[in-house]
Amino acid sequence: MIPADLSGIQRIIRRNKRRDLIFAIFGFVALLIGVLTFLALFLQMAFAGWERLTPDFFTSFPSRRAGQAGILSAWVGSVLVMLVTAVSAVPLGVAAGVYLEEYATRSWVTDLIEINVTNLAGVPSIVYGLLALGVFVYAFGFGQSILSAGLTLGLLILPVVIVATREAIRSIPQHIREGAYALGATRWQVTRDHIVPYSMPGILTGVIIGMSRAIGETAPVITIGALTFIAFLPESPIGPEFPWVNFEWLKSGFTVMPIQMFNWTSRPEEAFQQNAAAAGFVLVLMTLAMNAISIWIRYHLRKDIKW
Amino acid sequence: MQDANSIESLEGASFEPLKVSDRLARKALRHTKERVIEALLFAAAGVSVLTTVGIVWVLVRESYHFFTVVPIWSFLTDTMWTPLFADAHYGILPLLAGTLTTSLVALVVAIPLGTTIAIYLSEFARPAVREAVKPFLELLGGIPSIVYGYFALVVVIPLLQLFIPGLPGFNMLGAGIVMGIAIIPYVSSLAEDAMRAVPMSMREGSYAMGGTKFQTAVRVVIPAALSGILSAYILGVSRAVGETMIVAVAAGMQPNFTMNPTEPAQTISAYIVQVALGDLPHGSIGYQSIFAAGLSLMVMTLLLNVAGHFVRRRYREAY
Repeated sequence: MIPADLSGIQRIIRRNKRRDLIFAIFGFVALLIGVLTFLALFLQMAFAGWERLTPDFFTSFPSRRAGQAGILSAWVGSVLVMLVTAVSAVPLGVAAGVYLEEYATRSWVTDLIEINVTNLAGVPSIVYGLLALGVFVYAFGFGQSILSAGLTLGLLILPVVIVATREAIRSIPQHIREGAYALGATRWQVTRDHIVPYSMPGILTGVIIGMSRAIGETAPVITIGALTFIAFLPESPIGPEFPWVNFEWLKSGFTVMPIQMFNWTSRPEEAFQQNAAAAGFVLVLMTLAMNAISIWIRYHLRKDIKW
Repeated sequence: MQDANSIESLEGASFEPLKVSDRLARKALRHTKERVIEALLFAAAGVSVLTTVGIVWVLVRESYHFFTVVPIWSFLTDTMWTPLFADAHYGILPLLAGTLTTSLVALVVAIPLGTTIAIYLSEFARPAVREAVKPFLELLGGIPSIVYGYFALVVVIPLLQLFIPGLPGFNMLGAGIVMGIAIIPYVSSLAEDAMRAVPMSMREGSYAMGGTKFQTAVRVVIPAALSGILSAYILGVSRAVGETMIVAVAAGMQPNFTMNPTEPAQTISAYIVQVALGDLPHGSIGYQSIFAAGLSLMVMTLLLNVAGHFVRRRYREAY
């Protein structure tokens, strides 16, 4: 229905512009809900946990008395598990990404791998926990150890690393490869000397985002049977005598930050909720720091690359 | 980016002509090395396939033992889930109801908000605003789910109790709302990507006909980006179904056959966590029941993934 007179058309225009404005306000409010939730969550934990965030909190074991409990075993456990995760997921993920982009020819095998990586990214994390319980803990006999947990989280973030590697490699212009091949370089030489170094910022971003996901993962680590009350530290990775490294810690029982927080959250006493807030604050700071690093890498390291 | 070796070999080739046999030997070595490296890289890519095979093998094998004791029919139709009682019932329906209810609540929150944010960022916001806000959304998506669980229990549920008198301290409503907020970034970023992939010329056509931004968004951009938007929703659903810690902390740990979101209930994933926290002996029926639960979860997310795949194929617009 189009009115014939000018005032009618003007009315329609005004109405449509008003709708535009109303939607823009809606959109802004929706965004604000997201951003405000983030701030509310962060500030609530900061205020609730503030009193507990003393140096003692980081150097004490968990305790039945909330006031003396700390996150020593939890943060040490998280760091060691992350170490295993990084060592397993980064080489595997980068190698797989390199294979799919630089080596693979189109065939049903490649298609299978690609579909598979996409699907794995959608598998709920708790299912990885069940996989690890059946395979790492019992079939391989690694037990409920740091090694099992690290490998589980490694598999969990493998799709993230693979996808990041592939995207980074895909953004390298073809003439870089052609230049190297023209000089007689083999495929591996091209990969090692050009492809991998140039895609490093993209790969690093993906690795850090994957690690920041892994450090907050609770469900798969609980599923493999991590303990919630640990009052000892794994053996130090640095041994007293030659060759100065010691792998006993891999077999040790452990807890991690999110599990410690879960343990405190599920207790009814107010004082433990305070501990949970403090642990959550530290955990969010850790993931925020990792995300901030990856955002920084994306904006600054990539700026230096001009093809 | 050249290492010492390749410089040496270049110099060797140019200043000291090698015998043909040496050159061939070197070439053969180089060829073997290339093959070995390719095989290693292929093996790394194969690990992802092995992971899938491992998941299916573990879930099916343990579930098989479970289903030799509990008939599949009673697993699917029994309305009681009481694995730790003397009179044990293993009916997945109560857990399924919990999973579906919390997911529905989450979607009611995430889909409108996520879509609005995506339209706003893609069609309305100035580039500066978009660049400033997107990292925030990414951070929202990166917060550990246990932290969201704590937030639901300590902040959101007490807040809801102000409006709904008699709301229990654990309930699916609070857990679902927070879960919805947690999956907003997944929905909004994928939907936004889909909308931004719509070519500018289509928008310009609409503007040239006198369309406003809102009309362009609703009548041109959304239909064109429909496949991407729908698959963003499906990803959101599959995240919600598999989400564990928020519901384990805030929805309660009692199986409850109800779709009423104001009641406490247990989800499939929360049951797995509950069993893993206790110490059921390896090989017992309780131990096997978590694999049957995991298999149900896996089948649900797999179906969603397949649905997403077909949606992308069915509604894909060729620009």
